[in-house]
Formats: sequence, C-alpha cells, structure tokens
Amino acid sequence: MLKLDSKDTRLFLIVIAMTLLAPFILNPFPEGSNLAQFNAGYPDLMQRFVIFGIFAIGFNLLFGLTGYLSFGHAAFLGVGSYASIWMMKLLTVNVIPAMFASVIVSGLFALVVGYVCLRRSGIYFSILTLAFAQMSFALAYSVLTPLTGGETGLQLKAADPRILDFGAAEGSIGRASFFGIDMRASMELPVGSWLFTLNFGYYLAAFVMLIAFYVSIRIFRSPFGMMLRAVKSNQNRLNYTGVSTKPYTLAVFVISGMYAGLAGGLLVAMDTQVGPERMFWTASGEVVLMTILGGAGTLIGPVLGAGFIKYMENIVSKINSKTLEAWFGFLPDGLEDALITIVYPFVGKGWHLTLGIMFMLVVIFLPGGLVEGGKRIGGWLTGKGRKSKTDGGQEATASTPAE
Amino acid sequence: MDAILLQTLNGLDKGSAYALIALGLTLIFGTLGVVNFAHGALFMMGAFCAVTFNKLLTLSTITLDPEKKDFLGNPLQVRTPYIEDWLGPELGAAIIDWSVPLAILFAIPVMIIIGLVMERGLIKYFYKRPHADQILVTFGLAIVLQEIIKFYYGANPIPTPAPSAFAGSFDFGALIGMDPGTIIYPYWRLVYFAFALLVIVAVFVFLRFTTFGMVVRAGMADRETVGLLGINIDKRFTIMFAIAACVAGLAGVMYAPINSPNYHMGMDFLVLSFVVVVVGGMGSLAGAVLAGFLLGILESFASMTQVLDVLPGINQIIIYLVAIVVLLTRPRGLMGRKGVMED
Repeated sequence: MLKLDSKDTRLFLIVIAMTLLAPFILNPFPEGSNLAQFNAGYPDLMQRFVIFGIFAIGFNLLFGLTGYLSFGHAAFLGVGSYASIWMMKLLTVNVIPAMFASVIVSGLFALVVGYVCLRRSGIYFSILTLAFAQMSFALAYSVLTPLTGGETGLQLKAADPRILDFGAAEGSIGRASFFGIDMRASMELPVGSWLFTLNFGYYLAAFVMLIAFYVSIRIFRSPFGMMLRAVKSNQNRLNYTGVSTKPYTLAVFVISGMYAGLAGGLLVAMDTQVGPERMFWTASGEVVLMTILGGAGTLIGPVLGAGFIKYMENIVSKINSKTLEAWFGFLPDGLEDALITIVYPFVGKGWHLTLGIMFMLVVIFLPGGLVEGGKRIGGWLTGKGRKSKTDGGQEATASTPAE
Repeated sequence: MDAILLQTLNGLDKGSAYALIALGLTLIFGTLGVVNFAHGALFMMGAFCAVTFNKLLTLSTITLDPEKKDFLGNPLQVRTPYIEDWLGPELGAAIIDWSVPLAILFAIPVMIIIGLVMERGLIKYFYKRPHADQILVTFGLAIVLQEIIKFYYGANPIPTPAPSAFAGSFDFGALIGMDPGTIIYPYWRLVYFAFALLVIVAVFVFLRFTTFGMVVRAGMADRETVGLLGINIDKRFTIMFAIAACVAGLAGVMYAPINSPNYHMGMDFLVLSFVVVVVGGMGSLAGAVLAGFLLGILESFASMTQVLDVLPGINQIIIYLVAIVVLLTRPRGLMGRKGVMED
C-alpha cells in the first residue's frame, strides 16, 4: 500500500489508528474519578503530542540518519512560527497559507544555516547550530522587535489588515480557522461517565503529522536515506570513493528544518501567539531529549518520545503534595510521610528532575531508547530475545554498505 | 582612550569566568577525551558552595528580647549566629563577613569529591562511546544537578555579598594618573580577575613543573605509550577531572557576589564557554584562556553605546558571530592542535 512494504504498512496503519482514536485511548479514566488527572485526552495536550511529534520526526531525519547532532533546531520552529503568524496577520486567518509560509521560510532559513554549519561535523557542527539558534533568539528578543514583537511576542490583533478576509467584521480579532471551521471547534461525546472531546484542530494537526510520518518512512526507505546512513557510518570512506556528501546532508538538513517550521506553524495555528522563548536553546535541547528518549534512528521512536515527554510535562507536573497524600493515605502515618518525602522532589515542579534521571538512564543503559526497550521486553516475554537480537545484528550489517 | 580601558576592565570579570570554565572543559577534553556538558553545572555548584557556606556560618540561635519591639509590637527576635557565640562577636562577625573568600576552603574538598564521584560513577563508562552520547549523558546530568539545587535552594537568586572591605567601587582612573572619576571600577571584579589569574597560573605551573603534570601532559599526547610504560594514567586522568571540577567550582564561588547564584546560571555560562573552547581550539589550554578573555572583552566592547548606535543588538550576538567566523576560517580554532576531534 502506498509503496510501503508490508512491515511499514502495518506500522503506518497502527499509527493512523492511534492518532485517530487518541481522544478515546488517552482518556481511559472516567470523569471525576481519582485517576482522571492522568487523562491526556484533552485537545490542548493532544495537539502538542502530534505537533512535537512532527518536530521530533524532522529532527530524527537529521540526527537519526546522518548522526549530525543539531543543538539549534528550535530556531527553525521559531522562524516557522513567526512566518505563520505574519501570514495570519497580513493575509488571512486560514491556517493553510500560514502553514505553507512557515515551511517555506524555515526551509530557506535552514538552507542558509545548513550551508554554513555543514562545513564542519561532530561537536563543531553542534556548536555552530547552537550559535545560530542563540543568535536568532537574541535578535528576535532585541533588535528585530518590529518584526517579532520582542519579549511580548506576537498575537493576532483587531487592527491586523488581513487583506484576504473579506467577510471579516471590522475590528474583530481573528481566530485561526480552516476554510471557516474554527480550530477550537470541538464535539463533546459523553459515554457513560466518560467524556471524550473530539477537537477539529487536533484532527487537522494529526492529519498533517500522518503525512509527515509517511514522508519520513519514504525517506528512510529511499536510496537517499541509505546514502544518509552511509554518511553516519563512515563519511570519510564516502569521500574517498568520490561521493560528495554535502548535497545529501544539506538536503536532509533543509527537510529537517522544514519539519520544524511546520511544527512551529501548527503551534501558531492552534494557539495564535509566538514569543522568542520558543527559540531558546533549552527548546532545542528538548527535541533532542524527545528523539533520544524515544529512539533515534527509528521511525516511531521520536513520536513516542515527544508524546512521552509532553505527557510527563503536563501530568507529572500537576501532581502536588495533596495528591500524594490522597494516594498514600491508606498507609500507616510514618510510612506515608516517608514515601511522600521521597516521591515529592520528583513530581510537581520537580518533574525536570525525573526527566533528567530518566534521560540519563536511557542514554546509559538503553541507547536505542524506548523502542529498543520495547523490543527487549517483547523478546524477553516471547523468549526469542536471543534470536531476534542476532536477526537485528544481521539486518544491521546487511544494510550498512551503501549501494 | 579611557572608554577603551573601561570596557576592557568591564570585560575582564566575565572573561575570567569564561576562561576558568573553558580551561576546565579543555582539561577534561584533553585528558579523558570527554565532552562534558555538565561543566556549567559544576560552576553553579561552586557558587552554591558559597551560598551553603554562608548559610552554615549564619546558623543562629533565636532569643526573644522583651525590651525591644519589632514593628508589629511583638518582642523582637534576636538572632545570634553560633559562630559569634563561640568565637566572640567581633571575630564571628568578621568570619561571616568574609564568608565568600573563606568558602574557597570549603569548596575545594567538596568540588574534588563531586568531581571524583562524577568521573568514577559516570564518565568512566563513556570514554569509548561516541561524543554525541557523552554530550547527551552529561546534558542529562546537568539537568539533574540543576534540579536538585533548585529543589533545595528554590528558584530565586540568592544574594551573597562580598566582604564589606571589597564592597563598592574605587577610582581606578586616579590610580593610574587619569582625571579622577573617569574610571570607577568595583573592587570585587578586580579581586575576581586577580583570583582567576592566580588559578590559571597555578594550573599551568602544576602541569608544567611537577612530575605529575609532566605525566599528565605525556598522557594527553599519547595515552597508550604512557600506559605501556607502566604508569597508571587512568588514575591520574581521574585526578585531573577532579581538578577541572575544582577550577570550575572556584570560578563559581568567587562569582557569587558578582551575580547572585541561581540554579540555571551554569547553563547560561556553559553555552558560552563551549563557544569559547571551540574558538580557542579544542584541546588547547592556552587557547581556552586566551579566547575566554578575548570574548569577554569583545562582548563588553560590543555593549558600548557608540557601537550599539551603529550596530544595534550586536552585544547579544557578538560571541556567536565570532565563533562562526573563526570556525569557518580556522577550523581548529585560534590555537587548536592538529588531530584533535578530527575523526
């Protein structure tokens, strides 16, 4: 199907099913129950899942395939966001032109940055991308204020020209829409004591993510993708055989930047505001975390990692000492207090600590990320661990030589 | 002329901090071949050593003085630090006043222990892994250290004053025969610069004129051969890691009065220090120090109003701009050695 082999088709179908049913899958606990705070099926969070999924898929195309570790990817996200909000301010609140603008502008920006940064590899490349991202952040924050709104950022305003929105009432603040359908349009679906929210914005973002995911599968399986993997395994050898690697790495850098820009555009489409902090280097660090945590170089890993981190960010950070008391209330007092003291630093405001520890554990013990963890557990459960491992090894060696 | 001198002086304190952190980074990279993204966190831990030491010194007994009233009309709480009880009020107060410089004595063992634990507990396992893995795991460690500090000390900056003898500013211009009032410079920044120079010189002397330093330099040049000669080079490199951690920590201790320590100060410095290391040349100690001061001073020049009028915002990006230009024209940095990071 769609020029994918059967294994990829199965993966793609599973991802389609998961994204379409996400409002149901992510809401397993009935409304009002003790565990309802673990529900992630509300539109805002689900949109973040898929949007950061796109961002991480794009990052993974660069890092997972070529091994070039960019520490400045948030710059493209930010540039895409600014392009898209300007499109909405000047032309129309329809999200489609805004998304195209964000992809094109961030692609051009990535072309410039990539052309310079890709002259170096290894840590020099990381520092160069970081330098460019920090420069963009500093400029957006200070000098480019007329263009970026400085510290306050940009929002849609009533005074925006919006020259293509003929029917818009004079002096009304625009709301992002898709040919007239409001991004925030939702349908609430009560089933028993459950409440499911089907949000239009989420489904639009999910649709875009599915396209992005499909493109990424095709890149992974293409001769181009093979070439990129060859760059990762031994760039010198490629150079000696007379292959110039620059066009390949530059192409994937631009594609990756476009993915980031698309994610930025979608962020604006869901919530029409931008601030420069979106380009800060911690944001670049976050996408690195997502990709590694999920599994760099795998197809589904980045999406899992993005979902996992965004879920943790929203859910774990909401747990406070009251919730902990409610959970451990059944224990004897001394034990309860001890447990709360131990757990408390890791939840609520301290969720970054949990994230950092988990990230370290993954890098140390599970370089393949959650995907590898899943495979290991799967192999262990079915008792085929040893066998599947050797299979994987053969597959890897078989696919290493560039053809 | 005095404007140039003033900006040079202003750049010195930041430049000193960059130089010290970059020196430690280069030491670690040159010896162990590990890219340590947690080095900024070590700087931050150093600053919090000063905070902790200050807190320890000012642990107080609280007594109620019924004769005096506070502004609510309740009996006034009088705090007497234990140290004033033990050593007499004058000596005790003097020690508390000098808590930041004295914190150096406290920070050295603490940072050496942190360095040793970090190296033996984590970094050791990453010698052979790719640089990307090293960056990632130390990045994770930096987040963890930062969050631990945040949990115990809160998210707000904690003011840590310099000794009152060094508080305030003095007329630097008058000292060197200029008109009084042209160059007013804070004492503590000069102290910081002198201290940084002292540490840098100490590190260089240690490496150049001691047997231990000689072995370490030999190990940096050719680790295997030194190992084959029957020298336990790993142990010496571990000690060098602890020393590098200590250098970063000391830079942090003395920086506390300049900028009140907060939990993310390390990350802010780390990014810049990496740029400094790369500009100076990966693996070159002298290059790191030189580039540190150079970039610190350049940054300060770029924030002059005359410059900002011509090129607005240049002060924000000058360091990165210089890094990009240097990396593209001199890939090994200003003083980089051949064969480092060129695999």
